[in-house]
Amino acid sequence: MCSFECLFRQGKLRLQKWYVPLSDKEKKKITRELVQTVLARKPKMCSFLEWRDLKVVYKRYASLYFCCAIEDQDNELITLEIIHRYVELLDKYFGSVCELDIIFNFEKAYFILDEFLLGGEAQETSKKNVLKAIEQADLLQEVRHLMKSMWGR
Amino acid sequence: MQHYGCRQPLNSKEEENPPTCMERSPTQLCCRLARDVTGISKMPAVSKGDGMRGLAVFISDIRNCKSKEAEVKRINKELANIRSKFKGDKALDGYSKKKYVCKLLFIFLLGHDIDFGHMEAVNLLSSNKYTEKQIGYLFISVLVNSNSDLISLINNGIKNDLASRNPTFMNLALHCIANVGSREMAEAFASQIPSILVAGDTMDSVKQSAALCLLRLNRTSPDLVPMGEWTARVVHLLNDQHLGVVTAAASLITTLAQKSPEDFKTSISLAVARLSRIVTSASIDLQDYTYYFVAAPWLSVKLLRLLQCYPPPEDAALRSRLTECLETILNKAQEPPKSKKVQHSNAKNAVLFEAIALIIHHDSEPTLLVRACNQLGQFLQHRETNLRYLALESMCTLASSEFSHEAVKTHIDTVINALKTERDVSVRQRAVDLLYAMCDRSNAKQIVAEMLSYLENADYSIREEMVLKVAILAEKYAVDYTWYVDTILNLIRIAGDYVSEEVWYRVIQIVINQDDVQGYAAKTVFEALQAPACHENLVKVGGYILGEFGNLIAGDSRSSPLVQFNLLHSKFHLCSVPTRALLLSAYIKFINLFPEVKATIQDVLRSDSQLRNADVELQQRAIEYLRLSCIASTDILATVLEEMPPFPERESSILAKLKKKKGPGNLPDIDDTRWNVNGSAEHSEDTESTNKVTPHHPFTDLLNLNSTPSAGASLLVDVLSDISTPAPITVSEDNFSRFVCKNNGVIYEDQLLQIGLKAEYRQNLGRIYVFYGNKTSTQFLSFSSSVTSSDTLKTHILSTAVDPTVDGGAQLQQVVNIECLSDFTDAPVLDIQFRYGGTLQKIAVKLPVMLNKFFQPTEMTSQDFFQRWKQLGVPQQEVQTIFKAQHPMDTDVTNAKILGFGVALLIGVDPNPANFVGAGVIHTKNTQVGCLLRLEPNTQAQMYRLTLRTSRESVSQRLCDLLSDQF
Repeated sequence: MCSFECLFRQGKLRLQKWYVPLSDKEKKKITRELVQTVLARKPKMCSFLEWRDLKVVYKRYASLYFCCAIEDQDNELITLEIIHRYVELLDKYFGSVCELDIIFNFEKAYFILDEFLLGGEAQETSKKNVLKAIEQADLLQEVRHLMKSMWGR
Repeated sequence: MQHYGCRQPLNSKEEENPPTCMERSPTQLCCRLARDVTGISKMPAVSKGDGMRGLAVFISDIRNCKSKEAEVKRINKELANIRSKFKGDKALDGYSKKKYVCKLLFIFLLGHDIDFGHMEAVNLLSSNKYTEKQIGYLFISVLVNSNSDLISLINNGIKNDLASRNPTFMNLALHCIANVGSREMAEAFASQIPSILVAGDTMDSVKQSAALCLLRLNRTSPDLVPMGEWTARVVHLLNDQHLGVVTAAASLITTLAQKSPEDFKTSISLAVARLSRIVTSASIDLQDYTYYFVAAPWLSVKLLRLLQCYPPPEDAALRSRLTECLETILNKAQEPPKSKKVQHSNAKNAVLFEAIALIIHHDSEPTLLVRACNQLGQFLQHRETNLRYLALESMCTLASSEFSHEAVKTHIDTVINALKTERDVSVRQRAVDLLYAMCDRSNAKQIVAEMLSYLENADYSIREEMVLKVAILAEKYAVDYTWYVDTILNLIRIAGDYVSEEVWYRVIQIVINQDDVQGYAAKTVFEALQAPACHENLVKVGGYILGEFGNLIAGDSRSSPLVQFNLLHSKFHLCSVPTRALLLSAYIKFINLFPEVKATIQDVLRSDSQLRNADVELQQRAIEYLRLSCIASTDILATVLEEMPPFPERESSILAKLKKKKGPGNLPDIDDTRWNVNGSAEHSEDTESTNKVTPHHPFTDLLNLNSTPSAGASLLVDVLSDISTPAPITVSEDNFSRFVCKNNGVIYEDQLLQIGLKAEYRQNLGRIYVFYGNKTSTQFLSFSSSVTSSDTLKTHILSTAVDPTVDGGAQLQQVVNIECLSDFTDAPVLDIQFRYGGTLQKIAVKLPVMLNKFFQPTEMTSQDFFQRWKQLGVPQQEVQTIFKAQHPMDTDVTNAKILGFGVALLIGVDPNPANFVGAGVIHTKNTQVGCLLRLEPNTQAQMYRLTLRTSRESVSQRLCDLLSDQF
């Protein structure tokens, strides 16, 4: 099971999702430590590292690091592909995603993640199905939006 | 504040790999680039759904802040604004509420505290507009920890949405439960979700959410998730048409099966069937569940994981079907890749590694195990670092299977090469682990040599662990002990700073016990000490061994007594106080061994730097050793040593264990060696002399090896003679007797851990506060503890450590409750386990819970006392012992000890005022035992006589044993 996931770049946390209950203080401490550890890694090093009693799987896309902490018996390679699939989902949704999309539409990034991963486990691995769910939600929004403009607000 | 070029598409510059996932049309890319170049708008062009303009402006503002202060200022302004809006008289419409809640969320995610807005977020839940509801749920998922008094309102919102029969709303509600997973939510919904999950008319997407929601609740509050009729039906979700449902259900079933395997046994055949269909499918069959030409990799991994909850299937047909699957997966690894993309190989290998994990878990099919090993062998030389890392890791577990151990060993050269050439320390670490795992008698010399040579340039982070591993292997597989001695001395030479006390204690113990290696050891340390700069640990070993066995090499003029002494003394001024103290003891041994250097050594001892040393321990040793050497002739010196009383119970538990294992015959006979060789027999006597002159001082432990056996030591102890049995742990009871008359103090201490106790007793109940102190700067991981005790004593750990980690320098507290049911002898044992630097440490400590702790003091008059004394006149009721005083006979101290023992001290009862008399009642759950005691000191003879009378023979005996140890 995935314990938590986060997205960050040098000095900036962009998204974090926790699948184990922890206090805000602990979360801050953990992310600070983890960001330091991962940033200190050189390119070409392997994508896995033992960290506390967890395994950390990370991958860099452009300047953004995607990180997943998993438990001892979990599969590292499939986690790496979880990260990739998430990036693909973001990419497809935003159309060639960049960091700004994630900053300005952070709530969408969370919604997509919830459709894909729940409770730290893959819920739906089909790209089509995940995007269908999100697009349906967007549709609901747009209908409302139209109605709003019709009423002149 | 700095800004980064974050408009770079994430996928286009994926590290190491060419653009991978999406094929982009040129126009799309151009638009993107154009937007990047103009840089007019800091907002992204794409804004799906209804963008919240105000939010986007706010985010832009924050990003435009030039400093942290400016950012804080902007945020405070916004917070004030939102607060006034929320408090304002005008009712906010849903859109504004959503926008402000979203801003608060953004502020929180930037790392600022948010202490309001929860109510507005909860209000959004009851909105019938999806987008408002969605933001409300998101806010609650992220921030609910910090404010839970709204929980009933939140639960109410969730309840409405679950009942709405609108799948999108139901999903939102289920996501929220899964994200928060709090106990309150479990209480409210745990019984409802199973029915949603197995209901026939539930939408697929809702089933998926429900399955994982239930999994989360089962993890956080398993007691609240009712098992029942649904469990049988949930297994059948593995057969569902919708692969997404199967994927989600597989995780849930795995978690449930781990907890109660029997209830979910039927999942085995379903999982095998499903897996078989996936691995044999043409990948297009599975449509969107095919990932880079790999059929449903996530589901395959999950199914293989589920099967690891069980032994190999008993049913032959099922078993062969599974074997077929595993073979197919292994075969596929040999096929040429269908795509050059790394995602293809990752997904394929993820399934392969999980299949290998299952093969190792079953550990029953030799052909599969060997095939797995060969496959991993190929990966060891793969150009992908990730695969090399995983292959090393996976092979480690294969090495422990009897079927594949030999196959693993064939890769030794590749692994050694990995140790030398890998650029990533985490990969090298795996190589070290694998070498350690594959080591046996046939390759021990090669592996130890390679590890030693690697140690010279090894990363600091893994040195300590490596040193321990080398030491263990060297000892475990030592055929001749000269090799062992060489290895350990090399270890000290190369990585002296990382050699823990246990390691050098151990080499000395072995040298002392193996008389055939003593001469060689003396020669080797003598040569090693010649180096101009040698590590202090080497000086310790050198000083100790030459002090014991220097005579064995004294015949050679190049290592004559004087040369030996000068060599040792040349290191003296560079050493720390404990080492100097050890050297001084070596010198007094030299005086005994070599009368010809007596004068030289006396001069040294007499010098101001010794006799007036600022350190009290060194000064005392110098004075006492000098006096000893002046008063006594060689003969008398030995006589003086001989007359010391023995301390059998203070013998090292490590040594005791060694004796038990090796049998008494293998240890040097004490009487033979006493006079001619300064061997182990005299070693113990010398110990006593130092004990005598410097009582209660920790330095004595350096000399007599009576150190507390720490985790490291116990790790080392057992491997010596018996390889196959898993190492049992020595129970530390070194400080046990110190707690007979007191309740607080340090019960255990080693290099890593200190355990302190504070105990309180009332009648037959006790409570011990245990304090675990991490002495290192590194975290302890997976820290756990348990207490085992005999039937007569009920122990119960009250507060288990919530946090399985103990930070460096930090302290962890635990409470143990004790109930005494009837009288007892065996104390409970506290077992502690944790990981330090990758190694599992196991420590067992005898908790000082003795019968006398359950004393209630009883005051009585002289008349009463003697009347009862007479009543308890049956021979079995009295136990008497006469013993020699081990400590100065001081009345005040004795009074304090008797009071500490738990009885009332009765003054003026005994006709002889020098005697001590006490009375008390032992409380156990079943009975109470009255107890009278009398202690008669004889100052002239330095003896005591202790008499105990109780109504129960076993109690008298136990109390007598406990108390007679204390004076």
